[in-house]
Amino acid sequence: MSGPAVLQKQFESVLQWQIRTNPELVRTGVSEIDRITGGLPRGCLTEIFGPASSGRTSLLISILAAATKRQEICALVDGEDCFDPVSAEAAGVRLDRLLWIRCGHNAEHALKAADLLTQGGGFGLVALDLGDTPPRTARRISLTSWFRLRRAVENTPTVLVAIAQQPNAKTCASLMLECKRERVTWSGGTPLLRAMHVRVARRKPIREVTANFQADADAVE
Amino acid sequence: MFASLHGSGNLRAFAFEFSPMVEQTASDTVTFDAEGLERLFGPVQDIATAVLRRAGETGVKANLALAANPDAAICAARGFTGVSILPQGDEAKFLASLSLQLMNPSPELQETLERWGIRRFQDLAALPPLGIAERLGPEGLHLRLLARGEVERKLVPLEDPPRFADELELDYPVELLEPLAFVLSRLLGGLATRLATRGLATDELRLRLKLENRARHERMLRLPVPSLDQRAFLKLLQLDLAAHPPSAPVVHVQLEANPVKPRAAQTGLYVPVAPEPVKLELTLARIRRFVGEDKVGSPELLDTHRPGAFRICGAGGVAPVPGLAAGVARKHTGGKTTGAIITLRIFRPPRVARVVVDSGRPSFVAAEGVRGRVLQMAGPWRTSGDWWTADPWERDEWDIALSDGALYRIYCAPPGWFVEGSYD
Repeated sequence: MSGPAVLQKQFESVLQWQIRTNPELVRTGVSEIDRITGGLPRGCLTEIFGPASSGRTSLLISILAAATKRQEICALVDGEDCFDPVSAEAAGVRLDRLLWIRCGHNAEHALKAADLLTQGGGFGLVALDLGDTPPRTARRISLTSWFRLRRAVENTPTVLVAIAQQPNAKTCASLMLECKRERVTWSGGTPLLRAMHVRVARRKPIREVTANFQADADAVE
Repeated sequence: MFASLHGSGNLRAFAFEFSPMVEQTASDTVTFDAEGLERLFGPVQDIATAVLRRAGETGVKANLALAANPDAAICAARGFTGVSILPQGDEAKFLASLSLQLMNPSPELQETLERWGIRRFQDLAALPPLGIAERLGPEGLHLRLLARGEVERKLVPLEDPPRFADELELDYPVELLEPLAFVLSRLLGGLATRLATRGLATDELRLRLKLENRARHERMLRLPVPSLDQRAFLKLLQLDLAAHPPSAPVVHVQLEANPVKPRAAQTGLYVPVAPEPVKLELTLARIRRFVGEDKVGSPELLDTHRPGAFRICGAGGVAPVPGLAAGVARKHTGGKTTGAIITLRIFRPPRVARVVVDSGRPSFVAAEGVRGRVLQMAGPWRTSGDWWTADPWERDEWDIALSDGALYRIYCAPPGWFVEGSYD
């Protein structure tokens, strides 16, 4: 028996926990994003980042809409109390299946609430919105906290999504998407802002793939 | 010995004062087992006097009859006013003058008896049983026994509505919540056991504390679904008392549980997972502790065009489980089916802005965290509403792209300019 085979035989049971099966992927609600990512992995942390007005929130709301449409119970931990229920319902989010935690400009509370929700379990999706949290504050969140969140959702059917202005979770995130606004379509009449064209780059897993999607101002049935 | 009361007032509660074996014979008649009352009050006459005295005190107006069997007592209470005491063995003689209608015979039987000229108890009691059985069947025989006061049956007792409450007088005032938790745990344990033995659960806990300064402190916990989870109840009570502590040391604790049937739910193989309700309630109580009572819940849009009109369902202590709260989910009316829509990130409260207007259009905007030249814009989008109320609103909205790279919605309302939020 060769050396590696002997080692494998001796240590396989010890290293068994490290062998991870491919997680189930769920749709984001935006077909272009699903095409480059395959969907969002369950039991993993997905991080969406980009500057203000880059389409991060539109993407998050689409993800919430798709999850609530699957009859899943979702939680939104709103770090800066900036969630707009009107936009969300227009995007198709079923508000009666959404738990909204308003943390009032306190990132620490947001992180604590997300931790309690993920530890409690049972949610289809837990979203942590740190989109307006100043990068300096977001950077102060320790990697241990992100690791704790990742471990809490591991081996559960929960999709954990975090949005921020810059990547914070680093190695703890299984999927990282960077959003960037490409251009805006205006209208002189109604509606005022017609559409926003967003370019999304998959930063993790390593191979970079990009996709474009368009966020419209009004809902189209 | 049985007693029957026929009249008006809260007869049921009145009867329970004398016996635990009470039958609600009709809406205006109750019958109770008076066996053993002679040891308390003495002879039958004294029992009747005691019952009448108590009836006078409680405002019950009823005829009272005491007899060796319940049906004789019922007939006497219905047929005679005041107090009737039927001597054992002479029931037939006592009831003889009563009308047969008191026995509520079926219309056909009543018609037959009318035709025969039998109108009183004594007439029916005198008929031979064999002849009645041949002509009137079992109902006729039963009526004959009633008329003779010879029906032997057991009472169909009412169950005293169970009250699940326990209380404890403390030897010394308890100031801290931790020692109080031991007391609560003991009370919860007893209540949960009693509920479980009756196959019940609870969805509401009421905690009443008497304080050293003679004040009272009351808290109520409502659960989304009935449960018997003592540990969860204790933790919820602890969290609630930590958020709303009593103003003085506690000297007396009373805990009451509302008994309900336990939740029976069959989950399906293809039903998406949902948080376990009691566990979620506990999690939300923990989150409310640091974010605030009204900051957790499910958003619900209000039926108005006023911008930003919504409310949080489940805030303030009663948190329904999202999607399970009302039993039937709200009908989803709108929403895009595919793709994304532009979403607004709201600034709460709206940020007061200084806007430079050039030829009727904003050209420069400065607010807290927002500053730049207006590169592109669209608007104004004029809206107003509630002008028929005391709180009208009107505004001119503009969507703008600033030189800081972001897209904003600004509006001009009577007090001035505001930045409502950023598009993202």
